[in-house]
Amino acid sequence: MNDALLVMEDVHKSFGGVEVIKGVSLSVAKGEVACIIGPSGSGKSTLIRCINALVPIERGSIRVDGIEVNDPKLDRLKLRRHVGMVFQQYNLFAHRTALQNVMMAPLHVLKRPRAEVEANARALLQKVRLAGKENAYPGELSGGQQQRVAIARALAMQPDLMLFDEVTAALDPETVGEVLVTIRQLAEEGMTCLLVTHEMGFAREVGNHIYFTDGGVIVEHGSPREFFSNPRDSRTKAFLSQIL
Amino acid sequence: MSRLMPVILHNRAPAPAITLRAWHGLALGGLVLLSGAAADAATGAAANTGVFMTLARWTPLLLEGFALNILISCLAMAIGTALGIALGLGLISLFAPLRHASWAVMQFFRNAPWLVLLFFMILLLPYHLHIGPLAFALPDWLKAVIGLALPVMANVAEILRGGVQAMPAGQWEAGASLGFTRAQQLWLIILPQAFRQMLPPWMNLYAILTTSTTLASIVGVNDVVTRAGQVLAAEGGRTDLLAPIYGYVLLMFFIYTYPVAWGTRRLEQRVRVRR
Repeated sequence: MNDALLVMEDVHKSFGGVEVIKGVSLSVAKGEVACIIGPSGSGKSTLIRCINALVPIERGSIRVDGIEVNDPKLDRLKLRRHVGMVFQQYNLFAHRTALQNVMMAPLHVLKRPRAEVEANARALLQKVRLAGKENAYPGELSGGQQQRVAIARALAMQPDLMLFDEVTAALDPETVGEVLVTIRQLAEEGMTCLLVTHEMGFAREVGNHIYFTDGGVIVEHGSPREFFSNPRDSRTKAFLSQIL
Repeated sequence: MSRLMPVILHNRAPAPAITLRAWHGLALGGLVLLSGAAADAATGAAANTGVFMTLARWTPLLLEGFALNILISCLAMAIGTALGIALGLGLISLFAPLRHASWAVMQFFRNAPWLVLLFFMILLLPYHLHIGPLAFALPDWLKAVIGLALPVMANVAEILRGGVQAMPAGQWEAGASLGFTRAQQLWLIILPQAFRQMLPPWMNLYAILTTSTTLASIVGVNDVVTRAGQVLAAEGGRTDLLAPIYGYVLLMFFIYTYPVAWGTRRLEQRVRVRR
């Protein structure tokens, strides 16, 4: 694929001698929404952390918009400006307000003028429907609200690719929807997204491509329709029968 | 981080906490009054001036000595904190040689008896310090400041390391994913949040340091304890004055340290509630 924004080829990663990712290859085209699903402990979160070099890989290649991640001379900061990430535990900066959380990276990393950064941050909070919560501290917000601040914070860096690591797994059921709506809105605007998720309904509706991982390898992948209606591998079938 | 480090670093119990309560002060004050009254009753004779009159007469001299204790404690804390922050940053450095060297320095001074360090400084440091054409006199009390600043440094470093490591890894990760450099992650994200947790043990350390400044009297600094001894000598070694004088000194320390201990407890409660 020529317009691939993210290409992973034969990626390997071990922790203390245990190989958790055993040769994963995948590619995500510009504007595509790819979902990684699979049982717990199958290396999904590790895989997504490799993409912005939070976790260094041992073998293989990861290219984000032409930047090779598995390169000792990698400019991490340059890579991370291209890649936004949202975490399961939100990881908002507890000592800063919602607005400041969104403003920090553009101010200190991109060194943009404050007025411009603040206007942009306010617009982003409005976009994730948190207008009025600018001055709230993370501790005063619900899980769903915190997660939407985290999304706005990542978007403030104007990334080309957004990574979502089980972003609804820690949420109360009633706030899952508001976060998924925000992600869907992003996808509709053409943002390239890679999600690790347990939300099968969401993956089926919003995803363009589904990857099923188990034991550190991609067992099966395909469009949501063929994947969910006609799984081929027995592990996929077993997993889906448990979930659905 | 080496995988061994946390194990090695955590094998030590935290420094003992001072928990002063108001009734400790009341008991102390009562003790001073009682011992004074008892001493008066025992000697009975009018030949000796009353114990309270004696205490009152020597109060300015004792307070002068006490002021020196406070000065030593403040300077030692300031110097120890500045050095301790630098050493603590070394402890969390990703550069292994610096981290190991900092760890060795921290362990050495944290496990050294304060009094031995004081003797060491008094005997080791020259009377005059020559920096280029300038010569500074280095009085004993200033040497004591340096001697006490060293264990403070080691303890501050450990407080900083503990505070930083108590922060969830997700805070570092979030900072990294947004493109912050490691130094920015530390100064903008980690330290401001860890600061709240570091404040109570830091204040507790100050309370311990303040009481430990009396060690300086052993190495000849003219502090409140030395002066208490001088008062006793000046009064011709009156044994009935022993308990009241030292009780009086204890009370001074209590009055100064108690607000610090009280503030520490309040802060600890607030930190616990907010987390």
